[in-house]
Formats: sequence, C-alpha cells, structure tokens
Amino acid sequence: MQYTLLILILPLLSFVVLGLMDTKWKPKVAGTIGTTVLGIVTLLSYYTAWMYFSSADISGTYQEIIPFQAEWLRFTDSLHINLGILLDPISVMMLVVISTVSLMVHIYSLGYMKGEKGFERYYAFLSLFTFSMLGLVLATNIFQMYIFWELVGVSSYLLIGFYYTKPEAVAASKKAFIVTRFADLFFLIGILFLSFYTKTFDFGILTSGDASVFASTAGVSFMGISVMSWAMALIFIGGAGKSAMFPLHIWLPDAMEGPTPVSALIHAATMVVAGVYLVARLFPVYVLYTPDVLHGIAYVGAFTSLFAAVIACVQTDIKRVLAFSTISQIGFMMVALGVSKMGGEEGLGYMAGMFHLFTHAMFKALLFLGAGSIIHAVHSNEMSKMGGLRKYMPFTHWTFLIACLAIAGIPPFSGFFSKDEILTAVFNFNPYFGALMTFTAGLTAFYMFRLYYNIFWGKEHKHAHTPHESPFAMLFPLIFLATVTVFAGWAIPFGNFVSSDGVAFHSELDMTTATISVVVALLSIALATVFYMKDSKTPAKLATTFSGLHKAASHRFYVDEVYMFITKKVIFNNISTPIAWFDRHVIDATMNGFANVTQWTSRRIKGFQSGEVQQYAFVILLGAIMIAALVIFV
Amino acid sequence: MGDIFTNFFAGIVPLEAYMVVSLIMFFSGVYGFLSRKSLLMILISIELILNSIDINFAVFNRYLYPENMEGFFFALFTIAISACETAVAIAIVINIYRNLGHVEVDSLNELQEPAEVAENTEVSK
Amino acid sequence: MAQQIIFYILALIIAVFSVMAVTSGRLIRSATYLLFVLLATAGLYLLLGYTYLFAVQTAVYAGGIMVLFIFAILLTQKPGDRITPESLKQRTLAIVLSIVGALFCGVIIFSNIKKVYALVEQTEIDTKHIGMTLMGTGKFQYMLAFEAVSILLLACIVGAIMIARKRS
Repeated sequence: MQYTLLILILPLLSFVVLGLMDTKWKPKVAGTIGTTVLGIVTLLSYYTAWMYFSSADISGTYQEIIPFQAEWLRFTDSLHINLGILLDPISVMMLVVISTVSLMVHIYSLGYMKGEKGFERYYAFLSLFTFSMLGLVLATNIFQMYIFWELVGVSSYLLIGFYYTKPEAVAASKKAFIVTRFADLFFLIGILFLSFYTKTFDFGILTSGDASVFASTAGVSFMGISVMSWAMALIFIGGAGKSAMFPLHIWLPDAMEGPTPVSALIHAATMVVAGVYLVARLFPVYVLYTPDVLHGIAYVGAFTSLFAAVIACVQTDIKRVLAFSTISQIGFMMVALGVSKMGGEEGLGYMAGMFHLFTHAMFKALLFLGAGSIIHAVHSNEMSKMGGLRKYMPFTHWTFLIACLAIAGIPPFSGFFSKDEILTAVFNFNPYFGALMTFTAGLTAFYMFRLYYNIFWGKEHKHAHTPHESPFAMLFPLIFLATVTVFAGWAIPFGNFVSSDGVAFHSELDMTTATISVVVALLSIALATVFYMKDSKTPAKLATTFSGLHKAASHRFYVDEVYMFITKKVIFNNISTPIAWFDRHVIDATMNGFANVTQWTSRRIKGFQSGEVQQYAFVILLGAIMIAALVIFV
Repeated sequence: MGDIFTNFFAGIVPLEAYMVVSLIMFFSGVYGFLSRKSLLMILISIELILNSIDINFAVFNRYLYPENMEGFFFALFTIAISACETAVAIAIVINIYRNLGHVEVDSLNELQEPAEVAENTEVSK
Repeated sequence: MAQQIIFYILALIIAVFSVMAVTSGRLIRSATYLLFVLLATAGLYLLLGYTYLFAVQTAVYAGGIMVLFIFAILLTQKPGDRITPESLKQRTLAIVLSIVGALFCGVIIFSNIKKVYALVEQTEIDTKHIGMTLMGTGKFQYMLAFEAVSILLLACIVGAIMIARKRS
C-alpha cells in the first residue's frame, strides 16, 4: 500500500515544478503536465479504492490501514504530531471523489482558461489545492488535518483571487480567507481542549470507542457545559466555517468571483465538504460522548439549508444560485450526520450523508462546469442575458438537465437515492424535522428548474455573436460527470462500503419517504415550468406581492451588512484604531528613539576623530592632568 | 627703607622661584600650542615647552644633586634633539606651504586629499 | 644678593616675553620674543654656574634654531602680515586648560618642596671634565648617548633635505 504516498507527493511536485517554471514553459506544457499528474493520481486512487474495498475481512468490516506514518513533533510521550496516511472507508471514498473531480476540472480548464494570462500559475495552484485536500482527507491525526485545512484555505484564497487585477475578486478572496481563518481559531481551541484531556491527537485512538481515553474529561465543565461538548462544538465551528454554515456562509457567494472551474472544484465538490468530512471523521466521538452537540449540528444544518434555499430562489446571477444551492445541500449533509446514531440501520444518517457528499460532488461539479460552458458562450453571468440557449448548446443543455433532475431528486438519477436516504433518516429522528427538510427539498427542485428554464428556454436575448457549443476539452468532463450521475445511484451499493461503524449493511429504500419526496419534487418542477418555461407575468406579480420578502432575500437577508457594520463601526473604530495609534506613536517612537539616540551619539563621537592636531593635544593634556590628579590625590 | 630691600634679597634664590619661572614658560607654550592657527606659531610654542624643561633639569641638578651631572647632560642632549626636530619640522612646513599655499593647521585635518591628485602632483598650484 | 636681583630681572623677562610670544599678532614679533626668552634662559644657566650649557644654549638655540625659524617665516609669508586670530571658543578652552594645569602643577610643587636643599658653592665645571664624561664608557658616562645623538643628527639632516627638496 506504499504507493499511496505517491498520491500525496505527485500533486505537490507538480505544484513546485509548475510554480517555479511559471511562464518559462508554454501554457500547453503546463496544462499537460498538470493534467497528466492528476490522471496518474486518479488512477492510483481508483486502484487504492479497488484494493481497499475488496479486502474486507470476515465480519464484513473494513479495517483502518495506515501505510505511512512519520513522527513530526513530539510534545510528550503520548502527544505527538505525526504526518501520515490513513486509509479507511470515508477517506478512500473521498480520494475517489477528489481525484475524479480534480481531473475533470483540469481537463475542462484546458479549454476554459485557454489564452488567459497566468495559465501556468492557475495549474500550479490547482495542483497545490489537490495536494492539500488529499492531505486533509488522508490525515491520521487531527493536527495534521488542521495543517492541511489551513493549506486548503490558502489554495482557495489564491484561486479565488486569481484575477487579481479585479478589486471584487481581491475582496472576495480576502473575505473567504478571513472568515474561514476566524472559524479556524475556534477549531484550534477545540483541538487544544480535546488533546489536552485525551493526551492524543490521533484519530485511531480518539475514535476507537475506548472510554478510558476520555476519562479525564469527566466532571470538568465550564459554565454548565462539559468540556467535551465545548471541545466538539468548537471543532464543529471550524468545520462550519469551511462548509459555509450560517452565519459563516458569507464568503461562499462572493467566492464565485474566481474562475468557474475553480468554483466547481473547490466550492462545490471538495473544500466545502471538508467540514462534513471532519464531523464524519470524529463521528464516534460525537455520537458517543456529545450527542447534544450532534443534534445542534443537525439544527444548524437544517436552518442553513432552508435559509440558503430561500435566497437561491431570487438570485439572478447563475453562479450565485449554484453557490446558495451548495450551501443548502451541505446543510442537508450536516443534518444527515446530525440525526444519525451509531451502527447498522440506526447509522443510516451517516451513510446517507456520505453518499450525498459523493453524489453531490459529481452533479454539483457538473452544474458548475455547465454554467462555465454557458458563461463562456454568452460572456455574462446574469440570467437576463440568457434564454433559449438549448438550440445552440445541445450537450451543455442535456448534461445540465441531467444534473438538475439529480439535484431535484428524481429517480433513477443519483441524487434521488442519496437525498431519499437522508430524508428517511430525518423522518426516523423527528417527523416535523422531516417535513421541514422535505419542504427544503421542494424549494431546491423549484429554484434549480427556475435556473434551468431561464437559461435554456424562454425568450432569446440579443447577443453580440451567436453562442456556440464549447470545445471538446470542456465537453468531455460534462459527459463523464453526467454518466456518473446517471449510474451512481443505483449501481453503487454505498452501504456496503461506508457506514457508521465500518460494518457493511444493506439499506432498503423506504417507499413512503420515496413517494413523498418524488411527489414534492415533481410539484415544484411543475410550478417552475408554469412560471418560467414560457415568458409569464406571474413571477413578477409574486415578487411585487411579497416585495418585502423578495427584497430581503435578494439582499441575502442582510447578513453581509450586519458583518460590515460590526467590523467597520465596532471593531475598526473602537479597537483597531487605538491599537494602530499605539503601535505607530509609542512602539515605533521607541524604536525610532533608539535609532535617533544612536545617531546623535555617533555624531558626537565622530568629532573625536576630527584630524585636528590641537584638539588631540588638548585631550591628551587634559587626560594627563586628570590621571595625575587621580594618582596623586586619590 | 633700604633694609626691606636688603632683607628681601638676602639668602639664595629659592628653588620654587625657578620652578615658577619654568611653569609660566611651560604653560605659555601649552596655550600657544592649543590655540594658535599658524604652524610656525605651534613650533615656537613647542620650543618654549622644551626650554622650560631644560631649566627644570638644570635647577634640580644644581640644587638637589650638586655632585652629579645628570641633569646637565640631559639638558645638553635635549637641546641637541630639539634642534634636529625643529629642522625636520620646518622642512615639513615648507613642504606644506608648497602644496597648500598657506600653513594654517585647520586645513590639515584629513589624511589624504580627496581626489587622486595626491600621487602625481608635485609642487604648488 | 646680586644673584637674586639678576635672577628676578631674568625671570621677569622670561615670563613677560613668553606670554607675549604666544599672544602676538605678527609672526616675526613672536620669533623675536622667543629669541629674548632663549637668551634670558641662557642667562639663567649662567647664573646657576653651568657655563658650558650657557654657551651651547646661545649657540644652538638662539643662534641656530632662531635663524631657522626666521628663514621659515620669511619663506612662508610676507613679513608684516597679520595672522588671522583664532576663534574665541578655542582661545577660551586653551586658556582654561593652561591655567588649570598651571594651578595643578603649582599645588604639587608647593606642597612637595621640602626645603632640604642647599646651594653648595662649587668650582666651575671645567671643559675637560665635561669632555671626559661625554666620551667615557663607564658608569654615569655618556658615550652611547653621544653616538646616538650624532646618528640622530645625521638622520635629521638627510630627512630634512629629502622632505624639503624641490621635486623636479
């Protein structure tokens, strides 16, 4: 299993080489190298998955394999930070997802980013991101995951700000980095709490179910909440930042300023699911020791899901619709994890959440890449500049439709299976909760088809030149991902591979939930068809009727304004300005004072070497008299 | 009234008197050295200093060690050496005068002329 | 008694003229005052009984060195030039240091003189004795110093010529 080390090292090497060679090589060379390396990594990942999942032992459990572990920093005998590779069901599944989507994005970018300035830099950053994300999922201990967590954040910053001459892109990259970094502060504090009491960072030990590891946390509490809850809640906040849960979601819509393939890779399929992955990784700890925090996670996920779905219904920029859709779907995944319990049928939520992660990565990447294809043809993000595009772009049209059907939850596409299992798990937890999530699923279908009709049907917009279909480099990934979306649902018995306690189980489709969800989805699609397929006055009329809600939703419920208020009026004026004044006038003044004193002294001392003989004689005589006086009288 | 005169001048000349004389001469020389601008004035001040030292030696020899001759010979050699030193010093002064046109000590405070004129020049400008 | 009167006259000459030598405005006048000081010093030697020293002082110092000075002065300036006065600050510092130094030395002298001296009447030191001491190699005899001074004189002659010659 040692070849798994190559999976990590190859993208890193690619980053270094492409970064150093930058513009010295032709763009085509850089693109080819990047894509080839990713191709190798993808093949290795598939091979790893094949080897791993065909090696289940007798009881059908998949063992944790650690092919590589090296100690990096040692704090005490039991507390050390290692760097290693951990293979277990979810990490292998993530390997497959990340490498597939990354490879598709690499191929797609060959066409989309052709002719752009900074092409080589783009591929270097893509490789860096792939390396960081792979390191994150293959981490053996929580600190290593934190290191790669930060690296992923940096790659995201670099890629969002790729068009660095555009002020909005720069602002968006800063926002993304600062918001996630702020969340990571809490993550770090959580890690420190956890490792202080359990004396280890290692995932294997933490999730082994051994109660003695957590023995020292018994009875320790702060403000009425036990320290374990604090630690796990803080760790979740870190995950919530990366996964854009309310109220830390503000960076994701703005991150759409980056190139569209970047949005597909980072902000739909891989980085934003890092939070979900974190909760899944620490799931045994959550479910056995802090079930309250787990339920809290479910509530946060549900609220975020609904919130984002409402906002997505009124957005006009297609990438923003997809961004809010992502936030909503990640909310679904968090809910699934939150309502799950451990083991077998009870652990359905866990399995469903991971399955939804897998399928969502595929069809969301497909949606974003399709959007990129449309933007490439029409040169604009706004829905008002599109319409009736199905005549000009057949491949894009059909693949986009497949993805929309998948996300709406229509069988036999993959989205149906995963979403249905989530809804089943939620209904098992609490029927009212289930109803809420079903309503959100309906909203999802509605806004996705609103998007679809506005782009591909309806009145055509006058274009400067007729839109044309995209080149093959851009179409191939669309077709590939669409194929996966069609087959993944019913062809992959996910429960056999990934489950909450590692034991394979077979999940049956719950007919009641399935029927309800399909009916709701079809109704929403019908509503969207009525409103948007042909030009109709109803949406506008509804907008004016509910104008308050509509206005609030299109301004994303003013959350950004609240943040701006707090940062500008409260923090900048009252905290930052006095500190800056202090720094400039007290600390700098002291340093300048040292320099000034030194200069003044040296100027004075310089005079001793003036070259004037009489001055020298004066000093000699004075010195002689003083020494004589000293010797004679003292 | 003449008695005061004779009484005052009775006895030998005290040692302190000679010392006071040489003291005045010495510190005049010091003052001249420290404050005059012309190089030749400085040389004159050096002569004054050296002379005061000679008087000191001769007086000590005569009053404190009458049978020895050390002070006498020291003064003798000092005179000889002072002559040598004055000769060389005046040669240098002439050289400076040739190069600079004047012999003021204020302008002699750098070891080398700033431009590369130093190696190849000769005589005065 | 005569000795004392002569001493006081000579001492007065020395004091006054040395001060005037260093404060004069014209270089030639300074040189002249120095000449007077040197002659008065020679007189003091004579008073002390060192006739040979008196002769050497007059011949070398007053005769040789002063002529050298006059030559140098006349070579480097037009006679009658006033030299520019120096800054007040420099003069003040020099005066202060001189007076401080003089007081310091004066204090040392006057607190240490023990008055255990006597002016012994001695016969005049004859030249033969001086010559024997100068050329002798025994204890308290100055052959080595004599030779060293002669070499020094040679070096000075050569050096002065080297420095001051016209470079053609």
